[in-house]
Amino acid sequence: MTGTLSLDRLAGRIGDGALLALPPDYSFVPMAAVRALVRRGARDLHLLTVPQAGIAADLLIGAGCVATVETAAVSLGELGNAPRFCAAVEGGRVAIRDSTCPAIHAALQAAEKGVPFMPLRGLIGSDLLEARPDWRVIDNPLADGGSDPIVLLPALRPDVALFHAPYADEHGNVWLGARRELVTMAHAAKETLVTVEEVRSGNLLADETLAAGTLPALYVTALAEAPRGAWPLGLAGRYEPDRAHLAEYARLAASEEGFAAYCAAHVTDTTADESTGLIAAE
Amino acid sequence: MSPQQTALLIDVIAGMLGGLGRVAVGASSPIPAAAAMLARERGGGRPTVSLLGTQAGSDMTDGGRELFDRAGQGRIDAFFLGGVQIDGGANINLIGTGPHPAASKRFPGSYGSAYLYFVVPRVILFRVEHTPRTLVESVDFISAPGTSPPEVYRPGGPYALVTGRCVFRFDAARGRFRLASLHPGHDLGEVRAATGFDFDCDEDPPTTPVPGAETMALLRGPIGRALAEVYPRFAATFLGGSREA
Repeated sequence: MTGTLSLDRLAGRIGDGALLALPPDYSFVPMAAVRALVRRGARDLHLLTVPQAGIAADLLIGAGCVATVETAAVSLGELGNAPRFCAAVEGGRVAIRDSTCPAIHAALQAAEKGVPFMPLRGLIGSDLLEARPDWRVIDNPLADGGSDPIVLLPALRPDVALFHAPYADEHGNVWLGARRELVTMAHAAKETLVTVEEVRSGNLLADETLAAGTLPALYVTALAEAPRGAWPLGLAGRYEPDRAHLAEYARLAASEEGFAAYCAAHVTDTTADESTGLIAAE
Repeated sequence: MSPQQTALLIDVIAGMLGGLGRVAVGASSPIPAAAAMLARERGGGRPTVSLLGTQAGSDMTDGGRELFDRAGQGRIDAFFLGGVQIDGGANINLIGTGPHPAASKRFPGSYGSAYLYFVVPRVILFRVEHTPRTLVESVDFISAPGTSPPEVYRPGGPYALVTGRCVFRFDAARGRFRLASLHPGHDLGEVRAATGFDFDCDEDPPTTPVPGAETMALLRGPIGRALAEVYPRFAATFLGGSREA
């Protein structure tokens, strides 16, 4: 691990044009780091949502940080469609690579295993397959006679996996609990950047019950402390989503002007994102 | 919708889940979630219910892929899908209308449909809006096809389509929907006019049964309270008052 960085230095490690993997919206979303990415003016990112995303992707797309998005869905959930995502796709301002949830999981698992592809059932007859020249249909070579077509998905190896977690220990091990898709993201990615609520003393790997839910420091490139770093989304077991703020985002992001006003108030203004506890520099 | 109309949809979907072992429900699906809970209550704990995208009610420990792995293993008996458009061949479109990729109206995306539709034996399509805009002759984009050629591995597929006006059952051999029942207050002529595709139908289709007092009591009691943990706003339909978190 490189060490514990400030939030802005952590975001600075994500280069323009990177293939960036982000977690789904229900928890552990690195919203503070996403805002830092917007502030640094990231460009031409290739976004991979694992397997779907919400406000994090919408914010990056609306701010012009994204060139392509590979996703099973981008949505604000009960608050409706993700307005900046929909507008950007309709306007042709981002290139969309439509996928389906298990295809994204499986392609990351291929990278995790260091194999070139993973087969997946389903998909045949879907227009998703027609729109994805990188997906290949072969005849199952192990079938007992007869034709058995099956889709092969090339391994997906993100340049950077980025997520938020409740805590890390002083060795850089990160506790993720049952969020195994984040473990897979980290295994598959070249670099993994993590923001945490806090860094605790001790060693997570020394306790068997905690070790089972821990991402070892080996996979973690750098950490930044970001208290309430998932806000306005929630962090399971820690804090609830800020529903009033999310509803305000949905309302404002419906127009370009409203989105700009939102960014001026909550992204450019860094009050919410003062990173604390800088321990070591790069 | 009134609580009675909502309860009717919950009741009719719950009736399709009786006797099954395991039901999974996607995110932002309060009516299917309520139906699955109602079926579980009636079945004395069977089917088991997995609600996705929520911490409360999740019984999965292997991350986002576990639902799909379970389905691939044959451990999910029923699931629910919707669609921006659904056509007469049960092809579903969750992506948007107009050309792809630069849609004229873009929606979130296909989620897990392009996989689950193939491997879950009983997929119930649910879309309250029943208009020529949603139920179309032919979808603009096939997120997942209703039927597949015989050589394609497909233990699963569409079972029924439940809308705000009626219930269709899917006839896989004919690759067509058959009207199963009309909800109270709706008639065949109206449903034909509101449906963009042709479907099979008896001359005098039955009426969808109205949920009984016992079902309403369950929805106002244990089901409503369980739902409130995940869908507080929706659960208030039955519990009354404002229970928004």
